[in-house]
Amino acid sequence: MSSTEVLSAPHFMEFGYTRSTGPMVGAFLTGLRDRQVLGVRDSSNRVVVPPPEYDATTAEALPADALVPVGPEGVVTSWSWNPQPRLGQPMDRPFAWALVRLDGADTAVLHALDALPTQVRTGMRVQVRWAAETVGAITDIACFEPCP
Amino acid sequence: MSDPVTGIITPIRLDYTYTPGTSPSAFLRGMKDGKILGRRCPSCGKVYVPPRGGCPMCGVEFAEEVQVSDSGTLVTFAVVNVNFANRVIDLPYVSGEVLFDGADTTSMVLVQGIAADEVRMGMRVTAHWLPREEWDFTFANIDYVEPTGEPDADYASYKEHV
Repeated sequence: MSSTEVLSAPHFMEFGYTRSTGPMVGAFLTGLRDRQVLGVRDSSNRVVVPPPEYDATTAEALPADALVPVGPEGVVTSWSWNPQPRLGQPMDRPFAWALVRLDGADTAVLHALDALPTQVRTGMRVQVRWAAETVGAITDIACFEPCP
Repeated sequence: MSDPVTGIITPIRLDYTYTPGTSPSAFLRGMKDGKILGRRCPSCGKVYVPPRGGCPMCGVEFAEEVQVSDSGTLVTFAVVNVNFANRVIDLPYVSGEVLFDGADTTSMVLVQGIAADEVRMGMRVTAHWLPREEWDFTFANIDYVEPTGEPDADYASYKEHV
């Protein structure tokens, strides 16, 4: 038999899903490209971020004129420390996954928070850190960072 | 002002470290040298390409490593009319199962050098290898198979592999 030393190599499987964004998520992403976070005011007068296409209570389509700007600052409502970020996550060093309720919103968005583990707490004030170049994607928000 | 966003591409990716095991490792080393290596079952005599550790029919460990030919018989095939991600092959193209001479298992290979509507079962084909300097530890060193021009093989010679 020939050499039986076992080989090993990196191997990946990848598929790029193409998704149509619809009127609300499309408007949300277009807003991010313009460095503006949008929510939508629903039938119970709550501002939901990111904006859903349909009302959670009545199931009626929400109109584009119900879109309202929120943020760019907000408050951490919950968080979890991520000590070992994986490939493809928003940051390549330890960070917090945080739920952030932006000013003017009634719901929280999940994103990365660039802060020290000793610094992060529920109730802390944070702000959007925009990507150097915005393209119309959730990654236009590079992460959140503590307010100065 | 730019157009509103109407669509996004969201890649889903899984990263692995692939460890092929001893027998497939030997096969892949063979590919690096431009050889198709199989292993013969000491019980039933069948040659498996690429080899695993043992014969799935007899349950015994393989003993003998054998090099098979890079020419063989196209035993069955499919005509592909829709390109998928990252493939840049003129449509329609043919994906074939090739029984390399000396092997008892078939390998899926791209068929080129013939119009899709002229491809047939039993057609004799030979491997077209990538340039030697591009050879790596992969079956993809065989870029495709193409017809040899020999007479087609008798159905009886490959019917158990269809």
